[in-house]
Amino acid sequence: MRSDAQQSEALTAAPVARSRWVWPRTFLLLLLLLSAIVFGTGLGSVNIAPEDVLGALWRGLASQFTGAELISNDVIVWQIRLPRVVMGVLVGASLSVCGGAFQGVFRNPLADPYLLGVASGSALGATLAIVLDWPRALIPVSALVLALLSVAVTLSLAREGRRFPPTRLILAGVVVGSVLSAATTALILRGEDRARQVLAYTLGDLGFSGWRDVLTVLPYAALGCGVLLLLARALDTLQLGDLTARSLGVPVERLRLIVVIAASVATAGAVAYVGIIGFIGLIVPHMVRLAFGASHRILLPLSALLGGALLVYADLLARTSPLSQVGIVTTLLGGPFFLWLLRREKEI
Amino acid sequence: MTPSTPLADSLQANNLHVHAGTFPAVRGVSASFGTGTFSAVIGPNGAGKSTLLRALLGLNKPESGGVCLFGRPLQSWSRPERSRALAYLAQTEGLPDSTKVRDVVALGRGAGDWRFGLLPTRPWTDDDDAAVDSALDRTDTRRFEGRKVAELSGGERQRVALARALAGQPRFLLLDEPTNHLDLAYALEVIRYLRCEVAGGLGVVAVLHDLNLAARADWLLLLHQGEVLAAGPPAEVLTPENLLASYGVRVSVLRHGDRLVILPED
Repeated sequence: MRSDAQQSEALTAAPVARSRWVWPRTFLLLLLLLSAIVFGTGLGSVNIAPEDVLGALWRGLASQFTGAELISNDVIVWQIRLPRVVMGVLVGASLSVCGGAFQGVFRNPLADPYLLGVASGSALGATLAIVLDWPRALIPVSALVLALLSVAVTLSLAREGRRFPPTRLILAGVVVGSVLSAATTALILRGEDRARQVLAYTLGDLGFSGWRDVLTVLPYAALGCGVLLLLARALDTLQLGDLTARSLGVPVERLRLIVVIAASVATAGAVAYVGIIGFIGLIVPHMVRLAFGASHRILLPLSALLGGALLVYADLLARTSPLSQVGIVTTLLGGPFFLWLLRREKEI
Repeated sequence: MTPSTPLADSLQANNLHVHAGTFPAVRGVSASFGTGTFSAVIGPNGAGKSTLLRALLGLNKPESGGVCLFGRPLQSWSRPERSRALAYLAQTEGLPDSTKVRDVVALGRGAGDWRFGLLPTRPWTDDDDAAVDSALDRTDTRRFEGRKVAELSGGERQRVALARALAGQPRFLLLDEPTNHLDLAYALEVIRYLRCEVAGGLGVVAVLHDLNLAARADWLLLLHQGEVLAAGPPAEVLTPENLLASYGVRVSVLRHGDRLVILPED
């Protein structure tokens, strides 16, 4: 028979398993992210050496307190390059965390922020705001409203009684996404005088980002990703199946709803100013899973770091090559990589 | 047949009616499953076995009647209390392929305290490690605790799933066809592991399809079209009349030593 002590111990447990190697991995990816920031800031039409970038970053930070004027390269670093790089980190991290969370919550390796029409809804909302010439701070708001609306439509299409079966959800999401993309294209064709800006937007472009945009997007990314990171353990448990997760005390439908809403917030922020950037949210979680493990407590934070770093490098490639736009780079490189992954991991 | 007084050490169904979708899958089932007892639920496909199991776990709501755990109605148990006391091994346990065996088993320790049902409330402790070790030992899965689930055979997977269910140290373990897809050796192995746990005081309720395996249980519940056709020790339930009435198949029930053997005549 079990002892009473064991029994009472069993009645107070709700733990989080320990994992070794988390810190070395995190450190490795932090280095990658730091290098992305330094090179992303340093390279361009004017090349600035890494040590000068670090110096400029330091002088810029100091000038916030001393009020000293920034000169020459420091201005390029602070006013032009750095906001673009920081926006890249925010967007890459948001899309990757959302992708990882979607793949986990629907137990579908093909899921990404475009699932459920979240990203296409955001894009339509942002395009609408651009074409109608709304104030710039309203773009993410409009993106979020339409993202949530399209999620609501997708969920009501996929609903079966009180449940949302993953297959139906994904099918409904694909349909809603296509309809929304068509609507976005129609809007672009009507808004001719702004067509160049809007077209660049739908191809994914970090070029318009200034500090004000970064500060507007930051709360969306922080709130959305923060909630998703907190749900990591529940997402791990969900991998055992809906019924098993429920038997372990996880309210599965509530979990799905909260993940969808949090991911909509982060995706709306990510899409609002930089547009559609494909494949990052799909492949980054797969890369992390392959290299570091599948537990969401590792997967989600490390996806944020890797996604942020990769998007900055992709943008660097876009700026310094004829590919010209970051969305083109991620799709051109991400597509073949995903195909390779598909052949390597037969179960995907 | 109908338990009139709630038993302090049992999981009881009282005149339970449960729908699967809109179909009345369980119609007025009363039964009592004890701790330290190996109970098996048998019956033809569609008899309501899985639906009954889920209702006993509180995973689907009964239309009428109810479930009592240790003499208290199941709905008066909080979600954490209930999920610690009752463990479930689903028919298709989704074991995440790229996760290590030990990490999968550790998920079983998550039964219980979730703030808002979503956030774990307590850090991992040495006691949790000890419980995971013990579950791995009792299912002989410790040897490959560092391997990924994708590398395991079907029989090994089922043992890992069993370890996951045992890691939470439940009072009752409810299993939906745990020997499905397993060859004879693995199926007997699963029954043997369950036997050991029952000897340690666990209450086991298993849906079984193989009547010769079910004959090894302490107590049987034979369902037919959502109703109890027979309940009791195997020798009383596994009669040619009962099996003809439920499965529509003529069988001979032979005695081999102290064991029953079901032999279809068709």
